[in-house]
Order: sequence, then C-alpha cells, then structure tokens
Amino acid sequence: MSSTTSRQRVTVVTRLTRWITGGGLSTLTFLLPLLLIFGIFSWWPILRAGVMSFQETNLVTSQWVGFDNFVKVFHDPSFFIAVKNTAYFALLALVFGYPVPLIGAVLISEVRRLKGLYTALAYLPVVVPPVVAVLLWKFFYSGSATGVFNTVLGWVGIGPQPWIQDAHMAMPSLVLAATWGAAGGTVIIYLAALTSVPPELYDAAEVDGAGIWRKLWNVTMPQLRGVLFITLILQIIGTAQVFLEPFLFTGGGPANATLTILLLIYRYAFQNSLGGDYGAATALSLMLAAFLAILSLVYFQATKRWSTS
Amino acid sequence: MKSLRYKLGAAGTAAVLAVTLAACSGSGSDTDPATSGATGGSSAEPITLRVVSLIPGSDQAAFDAFDAQVAQFEAANPDIKIKSEEYEWTGPTFTAQLAGGTLPDVFTIPFTDGLTLIENGQLADITADFNKLDYADTFNPNVLAQVQDANGNVFGVPTAAYGSALHYNRALFEQAGLDPNSPPTTWDEVRADAKTISDKLGVAGFAQMAASNTGGWQLTVATYARGGRMEVENGGAVTVTADNEGTLKALQYLHDLRWDDNSMGADFLLDWGTVNQGFGAGQIGMYTSGSDIYTNLIQAQGMNPADYGATVIPLDGADSGTLGGGTIAAVNVKADDAHKAAAVRWMDFYYMQKLINKDAAVLDAKTLNESDQAVGVPALPIFDKATFDESRVWVKDYINVDQDHVSFFNDGIGAQALVPEPKAHTQELYAALDVVVQAVLTDKNADYTSMLKDVNKQIQSLIDAD
Repeated sequence: MSSTTSRQRVTVVTRLTRWITGGGLSTLTFLLPLLLIFGIFSWWPILRAGVMSFQETNLVTSQWVGFDNFVKVFHDPSFFIAVKNTAYFALLALVFGYPVPLIGAVLISEVRRLKGLYTALAYLPVVVPPVVAVLLWKFFYSGSATGVFNTVLGWVGIGPQPWIQDAHMAMPSLVLAATWGAAGGTVIIYLAALTSVPPELYDAAEVDGAGIWRKLWNVTMPQLRGVLFITLILQIIGTAQVFLEPFLFTGGGPANATLTILLLIYRYAFQNSLGGDYGAATALSLMLAAFLAILSLVYFQATKRWSTS
Repeated sequence: MKSLRYKLGAAGTAAVLAVTLAACSGSGSDTDPATSGATGGSSAEPITLRVVSLIPGSDQAAFDAFDAQVAQFEAANPDIKIKSEEYEWTGPTFTAQLAGGTLPDVFTIPFTDGLTLIENGQLADITADFNKLDYADTFNPNVLAQVQDANGNVFGVPTAAYGSALHYNRALFEQAGLDPNSPPTTWDEVRADAKTISDKLGVAGFAQMAASNTGGWQLTVATYARGGRMEVENGGAVTVTADNEGTLKALQYLHDLRWDDNSMGADFLLDWGTVNQGFGAGQIGMYTSGSDIYTNLIQAQGMNPADYGATVIPLDGADSGTLGGGTIAAVNVKADDAHKAAAVRWMDFYYMQKLINKDAAVLDAKTLNESDQAVGVPALPIFDKATFDESRVWVKDYINVDQDHVSFFNDGIGAQALVPEPKAHTQELYAALDVVVQAVLTDKNADYTSMLKDVNKQIQSLIDAD
C-alpha cells in the first residue's frame, strides 16, 4: 500500500462525506423520482426504439438486420408521399396558422374591456379534448349539402364543398381544424409577451405617424422576436409530427392525400393485423427525430444574430 | 443542524423510495372477481378463463344475454370461472393486443388471418382437446381447412361462416317507390335503384366501403361477383392480378355511380363500422358486406329490424362467385394445458353446441330471444347444409329475424359459388386497394388501371420476399 493511494482514498472518502453533509443526499432524493419516471417512460422507450430500428421484429421474435429498415423505408413510395404531405401541412400551418395567434393576441391586448373574457374564449378550443374536437369538425365537414359548413356556405351562395372527401381540399381542411384547436395556447403566450413591450415605443411610433399595421410590423414584432422565434421552431417541430387530425378525419385518405409521417409510422406498426413491422416504424421515427434535431440546430445557429438571448 | 439534515435526508430518501416502489408494483395486478356460488364439490381452485364477449357499444340487453349464457356454462362447469371482456377484431387493435400479450385466452379472428397466425406460431395447438369433441370429424372440410396447419393439427374452432350479401333498407325502398320485396338482381338494377333512391330521397342510394382495409375487401367482393380474381395460384407460386377484368369493371361501375349518377352520397371514407352506422341511420340505401352484420346493425346501430333486407350479390359472368369468409375462435398460445382444455369446453358450449344439439340450440335461442337479441341471422353452414337446416327448424319458434326479409339471401346463396379470400398478404393487399377505391370515389379522373398495376407490383414484391 503506497502512500499515494491511501491519500487518494482518503480524499475520495472526504469528498463523499463533504458531498453528503453539503446536502448532496437530499438533492439526489429529490432527483430520484424524476430520474425514475423519465427513465422508465421516456428514455428507456427511446433507447428501445433505437435498438428496434436495427432489428426486424414483431415484439415477440427479433433479429438484427443493420440498416435494412432504413433502406426499406427510404424505398417505400409511401415514404415520399408522407414527407410531401407533412411538408405541405407544415407549410400551410405556417402560412395560415402562425400569424393567427399573433394577430389574435394583438387584438385582445388592444381591447379595453372584457379582455379576460376574450382570452378565455380564445383558449376554449384548447381545453376541448382533441378527439372530441376532431369528431365535431368531422361532423361539420360533412360533404353533403346539409352538412353544417355547407349549409352556411349556402347562405352566401357558395355550392356544397367536399371538404375532407376531396384530395385537394382535405389537407387545408385539416389545417383549419388543427389551427382552431391549437391557436389559443399560443395566444396566451403572446399576450404575456406583449406586456413586456414598453408603451413608449408605441407612443413614439404614433408620433411618427404609424398606423396599426406599421406599429405591428415595426414595434411589436421586433420586440417579440425572441418569443416568435421560439414559437416558430416549436410549431415546425409540432406540425412535422401531426397524427391526430389525419388519423381521425381521413385515416390518411382520400387516396393517401393526408398521409403524414407519423401516420405512416402508425401504419407500419399497427395496420397489419398479423404483426406490425416495428423495425420500419422505429427506423422512420428515428429518421424524423434526427431530421428535426438537425433542423433545430441549424435554425438556432441561423437566428442567433436576431435572437434576444 | 448536521444531525437534523442527516435525519431529514434519510427520512426523505426512504419515503420517496417507498412511494415509488409501491406505485410501480401496484399498477400491474388485475383483481379477479370474488368467486360466488362456486360449489364446494371440486377440490381444485376453479381456473379463470378469459374470453371475449361482444363488440363494445352493443346494447345492454345483448350483454345481459351473454352473461346469462356465462352463468349457464359456469353452472355446468363448476371448475371454470369465466371472465369476459368486450372485444372487436380490427386490424390495428389486434396487432397491438397480440404484441402486448394482452389477448384473452379465447378470442376470435377472421379466416383471413388464421393460417398466417398458425404459421407464425401465435395460436395454441388444441388438436388433442378438439378431437375429444364428438363432432370433430363432421366439419365441412373447406371450413376446417382454415384452422389447420400442413399436418392437420387444429389451432382453432371455426364458429361462423358468411357469404357476401347485398343489404338494402326496405323503408327507403318503399319511400322511393321501389318494391322492397323485389330487390335488384343485376348490377344494372342496383344502379337504377340507387339512382331512384338518391334522386327522390337525397340519401346515398349505394355505398361502398373504402377505408381501414375494408375498401380492398369489398372491391374483392365486387371482383369475384364479376368473375375476376385478385390472386392466382400456380403450383406454389402466387401471382397478384389486381388489374383483372372483374376489378376494372367493378371500379368503372363505382366511377359511373359516383360521378355520372351521383348516387353514392357525400361520404366516401367509410369502413365497416361507419357504413353500418350510416345504413342503420337510414342514410344509405344499399351496400355490400358480409352476410352476418344483422346483429351489429340491430345491437350497436339501433336499426329498426323491420327495415332490414338482404339479398344475394348479383353475379355476372363465368367464374363469378361470392366472397366467403368466417370467424375462428382461437386460444392464446400462452395458455397452459388446463386453460386450453377449459377454452375448448367454453368454445364448444358458447359457439358450437347451438349448431348441433337441439336442447342447446333451443336454450341459446330462447336466451337471446328473451333479451330481444337476433335469432335466425343469415349464415352459412359450418358442418353441412342438412345440419344447418335442421338447427334452424329446432329454433323456429324463437326466430325473430323476419325470414321473409332475408329469404332473398337464404334462397339464393346456395346457388352461388363460394370463393375464399385471397391467401397471400391479404391485409396488405386490401390496404393497397383501399387507396384505389378512395381515388376512384374522390377523383373523377383517377387512373385506376395504372394504380392497380402498382398494387400488383407492391404486393408481388411482398409475396416474393417470403
């Protein structure tokens, strides 16, 4: 036993003691539930998915197949359809769904009375369970002349529309329903962020003769850019994973017009009643996760210049 | 302070660990219902057999009738306790249950899946217990073949067989000025009647399923009715022929009804459940489906029995036939021998006895009738036609399905050739055909011929890879 090791050992023990007396044990105690729950329900399934993506498995028997699953998914014609549709959904949601909460928040913040009521009304669709909301919208979207929306259109002289029954109208219909359901949460976020805009800026802009839109464009948006950048990337990541609307409204139809990546993953895993192809499903999941991770990194690098953090 | 912190830290750790461990262990246990009325005669603990009962959404009377039958079985078999769960076979949910190992001991699957599940070793081998049944060798060989492997071992009990039927709403027929007692017998007549109904009443005259693999299923029905076949077997090699003449004619027919006559309503993404729903609600005049849906229409969709009519699907041309299928009751591969024996006894009691034993048939019919459940639903023989006809004679006092309304089916089905569903990769084939049917119904200019060729390629590559 050399004197160096005994000194090292003593040091380790001392450090451990210092850690415990410094409150390390209670820190660990408080961390433990978090580690356990996230570990069991979040990180372990991710790890398992990663492992399964390199296997051919039906959850009962499995064998290693290397990158075959990724190649198979890449060569599946449905894959490109799903990517195209998901990109289309994300684009539509960006163009139509992204400005709506901002405009809503600005309008609500300008209102003098009953601001709380309008905020609550804006948030109400978020409170409705998503499945209930979709079933409701599905009923509204009935393609017959007596469907709810078609009746309303009839009042202004527009003929009955097929809505989700037509391959071209289906995706925009889904975006409309999804925006209705999700905008409220973002409105609340923007409302909070708007309170941080100093009113003097608006006064200065008014003095310079700015109207409402100029104020919005030149004062509000630059001041809110931190929040806006975050909600933009969150929206992209969220819409890239859209599943509920295509699944419940159209099941991916008509003729795969609303087939998205998540729905394709679901089909790989669950559509075949004789055992799903979990290897392909997890491979596609991993591909999507990797793509979104890279996209986020690139995004944050690109917007570093303009961000406030 | 130091000692206090030690004590708090130790207490905190212990409490957290205790709570976490309790939460983890408590979640998995299923409490068995307390055994009530178990006779004291048997020395062994009654074994609990998990079985499937009815489709979720069936009405309470149906469940009451089922519970009454469970009670009858438990009284006759004190060593078995039945624990039932609602169940509906659908493509996605069955996979999840199979993978998750949550299937009950006795469950039902369609004929299409039986052979592949047997090959994959996912059904229990019940040959020994099956052979103890005294009717084991009187099964219709074509029907029994659906549950046997290459060596003749039995992996399930066929409980029902169905053909394809054209269902029509008698009330809508009357309202549209058509005679409900002379349903259409050719596809042209179907088209004309559909147009009349949709023009006069504004509802869908004819509907076609198109989603959740049912689109491919019904397209196959329409194909067989026009003499086509989706898959052709030569030696051992299977060739996919989705672009056969029958399918092309069927799709052209759908195209004409949809775009020229506009008699198919406004909702085209229908699957088995939603088309039944629409039909039961009086929104659909006619559609094709399995001949056994009467129970679902009355129990789950609340249809007025007087409105229901069924006839055979019009057949057109040589080689035409009606798509046949059926249901198999199978045993979970994880069941031990005691459970397998109990399972076969349950399947014998609940599914089979009413087909071959007069007292059992009468008791079953009486129980169902008393709870207003359907007795006398159109069906195809599992054994032979004589046995089937006899079983209907036994229960004629309890039959509450108006046989006049379904006589067109019962009388006509005997003359139709029964064609089994395509064997190879059936569900994938159906899923691929779903897309074609949806395209034809939603896109006026859909090029279904080339889409069918793509389906050929897609499914052929799956078959070749086996």
